[in-house]
Amino acid sequence: MFWRSTYNEFIKIAAKPRSYIGLGAITLIVGIILIAMKLDGMMYISFITAPFEQSLAFEGNILNGNLMAFIILQMLIIHIPLLIAFVTGDLVSGEGAMGTIRLLLTKQISRTSILLSKYLAGCAYTLIILLWMGFMAIFIGKMMFGTGDLMVLKSDGLVILQESDISWRFFYGFLVAYLALVMIATLALTLSCFSENSIGPIVSTMGVIILFTIIGTLDVPLFDTIKPFLFTTHMAAWRSFFEDPLPMDQIVNSITVLFVHIVVLLGIAIYKFNKKDILS
Amino acid sequence: MSSSPEKIVEINHLVKHYGKFHAVEDVSFDVYRGDVFGFLGPNGAGKSTTIRTMLSLIKPTAGDLKLFGKDLLTNRSEILSKIGCIVEKPDFYKYLSAEKNIELFARLSGVAVTKMKVHEIIEFVGLKGREKDKVSGFSHGMKQRLGIAQTLIHDPELIILDEPTTGLDPQGIIDIRNLILQLKNERNKTILLSSHILSEIELIANRMVIINKGRTIVQGSVTDLLNGQELIVSFSVSDVQKAVQLLQSDSSIKIASTEGNSILLHVSQSQIPIINKRFCEQGIDVFSIETKRKLEDYFLKLINN
Repeated sequence: MFWRSTYNEFIKIAAKPRSYIGLGAITLIVGIILIAMKLDGMMYISFITAPFEQSLAFEGNILNGNLMAFIILQMLIIHIPLLIAFVTGDLVSGEGAMGTIRLLLTKQISRTSILLSKYLAGCAYTLIILLWMGFMAIFIGKMMFGTGDLMVLKSDGLVILQESDISWRFFYGFLVAYLALVMIATLALTLSCFSENSIGPIVSTMGVIILFTIIGTLDVPLFDTIKPFLFTTHMAAWRSFFEDPLPMDQIVNSITVLFVHIVVLLGIAIYKFNKKDILS
Repeated sequence: MSSSPEKIVEINHLVKHYGKFHAVEDVSFDVYRGDVFGFLGPNGAGKSTTIRTMLSLIKPTAGDLKLFGKDLLTNRSEILSKIGCIVEKPDFYKYLSAEKNIELFARLSGVAVTKMKVHEIIEFVGLKGREKDKVSGFSHGMKQRLGIAQTLIHDPELIILDEPTTGLDPQGIIDIRNLILQLKNERNKTILLSSHILSEIELIANRMVIINKGRTIVQGSVTDLLNGQELIVSFSVSDVQKAVQLLQSDSSIKIASTEGNSILLHVSQSQIPIINKRFCEQGIDVFSIETKRKLEDYFLKLINN
């Protein structure tokens, strides 16, 4: 019954026009970035390399597909949560707003199974969005710019990664980025269980992300104690895979924090969904 | 020796409070296998809350709910597999076709449903040819029909229809009524029907319950409950004046009013043939005898009391 319900959820997501907004937006944004970099990318590169030109000589294809993929991932990881919340925030509350939740919950399948199938479908949608972004950034980027070593600018210097040493970093980087986005999907689904309209959970999810990001960037001692526990602090953990050597402690800590957030939020969502009186 | 009919629904002293608001105070009733059971009450009486509680959409504050002889709270899945329902209005996924909607809900009903069965059900409710159309283009009446199709897809034993004729035009009301009668007569379904349209209940229900302010007022056989009541009967006669004079001598007959050739009387059912006989004996021709709004009057009398 659980898999039947999950199949239903896939059908619903696939049939909803809003599900394609995310894919369309990524195609458009990545397309614009790639074209802009193709036309004026060297200016951008010289801006990055200028501080190091007196001590380092840069050779080869610096403006390459790997750099494009890194830049795009860095830019979009901030905005993709909105696209994810747009679909996952609607999974429960959208049923309430449409009135279909009444029929859905009068079927013999348990409420927990319904919620988990929605969650699984939401996670699959998140994966599709991330894979599409990866495809656009890496494959289209490499087609347009070729390959080469990856130059990563850090606050305390520059890391150059050999071309042969990059693929696995992207693989694990995308995995951790996926975990961060699943965390956003879980937050949106949980808020969706508390709402009867579609917009509320989407706006609330973005509100929480913005609030936590502001707290994370403010240099106030009061916030220093909570910063390590905010999921937004660990949203960019994927970047750690582009450091040499790898900061494993930091990576494990980020994965743990994100995972704990997912488990706690999903627990709250299941509890709320099971207790909920359907009045709509 | 005949066995008593099986109780399919047993609700005893159901209570549902939302904080200080008491939606249901004390509702009790039984539905037997094969019943078309009318569930009546004014707006805000607690009908929808009771129905939602029966379907586990709402958790009761107190009371016992047994369906098919089993407690709802501990046998939810098994009980719901035997029920088909429309709660208030039939809402569907507007961006999906009628066929896809039915398939989607069928998948959650625990039975293997073939495409042929889906088409058969859609045809049964009169939507043949519209299977592939998106529900967003459906009228309210078509959605009601699709709602009934959805209730039937897993061949349930009990069908719960909450206000199935609300918002329908007269033809739509007749169609849904005929569909309900078909379900009862051809498919032997037990039907619990909540409606504001009392004449509907009177026409199709064999048993009923009336609730008001969250409490059961009366329940039983429609015929038994109404037969004990005074009727408003309209006699269309050749000489109204003479008829009035004749009836004024009888204190057991209350004359409500006269309209043209008609005289309206408050009488019991057993008095109708006696009055008719007396009119004939006195040379007053009787053109028609019509009982008016029986259940409506009974309902209003109970609610107002």
